[in-house]
Amino acid sequence: MAHTTVEPVPGPDAAPDAVLLKAPEVPAPAAPARRRPPLALLLALAALALLLVAALAPGLLSSASPIETHPAEALTPPGAAHWFGTDQLGRDLFARVLHGARPSLLLGLGATAFAITGGTLLGLAAALGGRWADQILMRLADVLLSLPPILLALLAVTVLGTGSLNVMLAIAIAFVPGYARIVRAETLVVRRSGYVEAAVGLGLPRPLLIVRHVLPNAVGPMLVLATVGFGTALIAAAGLSFLGLGPQPPSPEWGAMLSQGRRFLATAWWVGVFPGAAITATALVVNVLGRRAQARFTRRTDA
Amino acid sequence: MTHPAAPGTPESSPPLLAVEGLDVSFGPVRAVQDVSFALDRGECLAVVGESGSGKSVTARTLVGLTGAGGRVPAAVSARRLAFDGLDLATLTEAQWREVRGRRIGLVLQDALVSLDPLRTVGAEIAEPLRVHGLATRAALPARVRSLLERTGVPEPQRRAAQYAHQLSGGLRQRALIASALAAEPDLLIADEPTTALDVTVQAQVLDLLDELRGKGTALLLISHDLSVVGRLADRVAVMFGGRIVETGPAERLLAEPRHPYTRALLAAVPGARTRGTRLAPEPAGRPPASPGGCPYAARCAAADDTCRSTLPPVDALGSRCWHPTAAGASVLSVREPDPAPTVVDGADRTALLDVDRIGRSFAGRPVVRDVSFRLHAGETLGLVGESGSGKTTTARIVLGLERPDTGSVLLDGRPWSELTERRRRPDRLRIQAVQQDPLGSFDPRFTVERLVAEAVARTGVPRGEARRHRVTELLDQVGLPAALLARRPTELSGGQRQRVAIARALAPAPALLVCDEPVSALDLSVQAQILDLLADLRRELGLALLFISHDLGVVQHLADRVAVMKDGRLVETATVDRLFAEPADPYTRRLLAATAPVGASR
Repeated sequence: MAHTTVEPVPGPDAAPDAVLLKAPEVPAPAAPARRRPPLALLLALAALALLLVAALAPGLLSSASPIETHPAEALTPPGAAHWFGTDQLGRDLFARVLHGARPSLLLGLGATAFAITGGTLLGLAAALGGRWADQILMRLADVLLSLPPILLALLAVTVLGTGSLNVMLAIAIAFVPGYARIVRAETLVVRRSGYVEAAVGLGLPRPLLIVRHVLPNAVGPMLVLATVGFGTALIAAAGLSFLGLGPQPPSPEWGAMLSQGRRFLATAWWVGVFPGAAITATALVVNVLGRRAQARFTRRTDA
Repeated sequence: MTHPAAPGTPESSPPLLAVEGLDVSFGPVRAVQDVSFALDRGECLAVVGESGSGKSVTARTLVGLTGAGGRVPAAVSARRLAFDGLDLATLTEAQWREVRGRRIGLVLQDALVSLDPLRTVGAEIAEPLRVHGLATRAALPARVRSLLERTGVPEPQRRAAQYAHQLSGGLRQRALIASALAAEPDLLIADEPTTALDVTVQAQVLDLLDELRGKGTALLLISHDLSVVGRLADRVAVMFGGRIVETGPAERLLAEPRHPYTRALLAAVPGARTRGTRLAPEPAGRPPASPGGCPYAARCAAADDTCRSTLPPVDALGSRCWHPTAAGASVLSVREPDPAPTVVDGADRTALLDVDRIGRSFAGRPVVRDVSFRLHAGETLGLVGESGSGKTTTARIVLGLERPDTGSVLLDGRPWSELTERRRRPDRLRIQAVQQDPLGSFDPRFTVERLVAEAVARTGVPRGEARRHRVTELLDQVGLPAALLARRPTELSGGQRQRVAIARALAPAPALLVCDEPVSALDLSVQAQILDLLADLRRELGLALLFISHDLGVVQHLADRVAVMKDGRLVETATVDRLFAEPADPYTRRLLAATAPVGASR
């Protein structure tokens, strides 16, 4: 993709976590004539805006209730009255997909947040805690990384039990080793950097040194990767819900809806296809923006 | 090695390269304006100027590399751009490929970047031969070997099979020259060929270029350093603001510079004669020149209204100046004298820093061996040596960033290197560091204000107005405007970055400043400003400096005493006058010989 090429031009210094939402920013004053922002990016930004509205205020986009059942209108195909059709209980699918945005996104976000926190703490501990801590933590990470993350999440959720919070934790457990690895590697680099030495030279106490210089600089690359990881977590969460381990009916959640729709796939394709499309589109949007943020971040630190 | 094209009688034939009225602009930026020069076989012309003067653009235009590929397409025009009967201005890309590498060779500054890391040096050197069909496949290895031999690379057979990263800086530069020479070009363009190299290696590369010139190759040397140029060039063209401001025979120009910019460049070369003088002219807040005026007017001490409004013509002696200096005037301006050295040789005073037989090995390889020296308050000790001699490790041990395996360092007569980090912390503020690469020593997320404020905070200045005031004061002390407070270091020039680093180092009012190659990444004119700044600060604040450099001139300019390092050992420590007048150690003598002063060439 053209827009991901790394250029030796210092971009604007957006904080890595803010890049996601403000990708097409004002270029640095010295930047030469800028190319048109690519179509994929514009589409992704529009879709993101839509998703946010759906997650924060689904009522704005559809007045229908996502939970009320109308058995008489069960399995109506998509049309003027019901844009996405209705499910087996006659609930408006458009409304359900819209209302499903919040729980689905929250699952992905929560899982990612837990994974980032755990990964950061373990990564820092491994890098700064001495040889033994490093060996133990990293060999443990090796073991966990050798299992497919979805299997690991399944295992965890079986132990923890079903429910939204447990799904988040289970997915976080599966993703922690990867993040911990990245943070550890970055910390090892940052710890030897000139600016950390300069801070040592100023006599900064160790805790302050870690909080002020090591942590923020070591976490940056992981945060960028986490935007991409968020998409993966979202799909994993939908997968666990699909298996009936996530939020329980009747609350609209894309994974669970997809699971229900599967039964009618031969007769009423729309029940499964629309929630599935929502999952795919969200993951795609997050990936496009995440990659973009990644490219910008590399450019910023290389400058 | 015979010369490919037999030259005709030099008197009758036109010059090999003739450039007249060359203009290169990138959009609205006029990088090169009305540049004219000629170059004959066996002649060396040096184009000298600071970064942004247009010297490199001129060089790249001569190999047809300014046009395509750039972000902003270059517009090149010239009244005449002739090379050995070819009109370079009209060449198509295909025709350029015939000329480039074969007739005109190019040697760039950074050999590590210019050599393909995935190919052996031999393959790299063979490339021009293959591309231009100058040797059969079977003959290639032998040709490569002889080229490496010719450029003075020992063990050519082994070296040809190695990759760029396996070679030292000097060998890489030779390999690059060998590759440029492979097709036996008539003209060799060398853009800063020795800037990144140690002095002894630099001398070898210059000797090699001199030898090539002697064999009939025309040499166009691009440099920011007049002292390098003085050893090699027959003629010198000084560029400023895209124009040639002075040209002339090297000897005349270096001995009697007439243009104020040439004089400033010469005054900026540090060395014995510049001790106690200012290297850079006083910064003058002069009105900027109009586009039609002399490009140097805004910086020139002698500029008047004529200079600012009208471009001076080139006079008979080759200077483009309304007020050229008469012959014989000194280029140096005397600085306020340093206070009399407070150094006492006896043992009656405790040394600020006492380094006692320290040693340090990495992976079993000794890097620092048995190094001892003392440094008194207010004194400047220059630590000189080539890369890999252990200078930086010594500095890191002094800074308490590295622990010596043997020996110890005392600060104010008390233990320093043996302390745990916790016990050392209170005294950390006594010693501060200025690194070669200031950017690497700045947290990339911090603004200038936060960088300096962090150091100010360590001295107990409370948050808020008081701290901000102190930060501004420090910036002012190093000659930076407060307007830079909100900038990030990446948005600053190299000189400004180094000033910020110095401001930060000064914040805790240290007694000792350890400067590790603080100016070696800077342009000569910027280097001059930073050295002036360090000299001023030393005088005003009574700082002691441990000044590490590979550049003997810089050390000679600034230091009271000099310690010479080789292979981890101190081979000689003496006062600056003694060391340069009567070096005792053979290695010191070799170093000195490699940096013959400007003008005393060949």
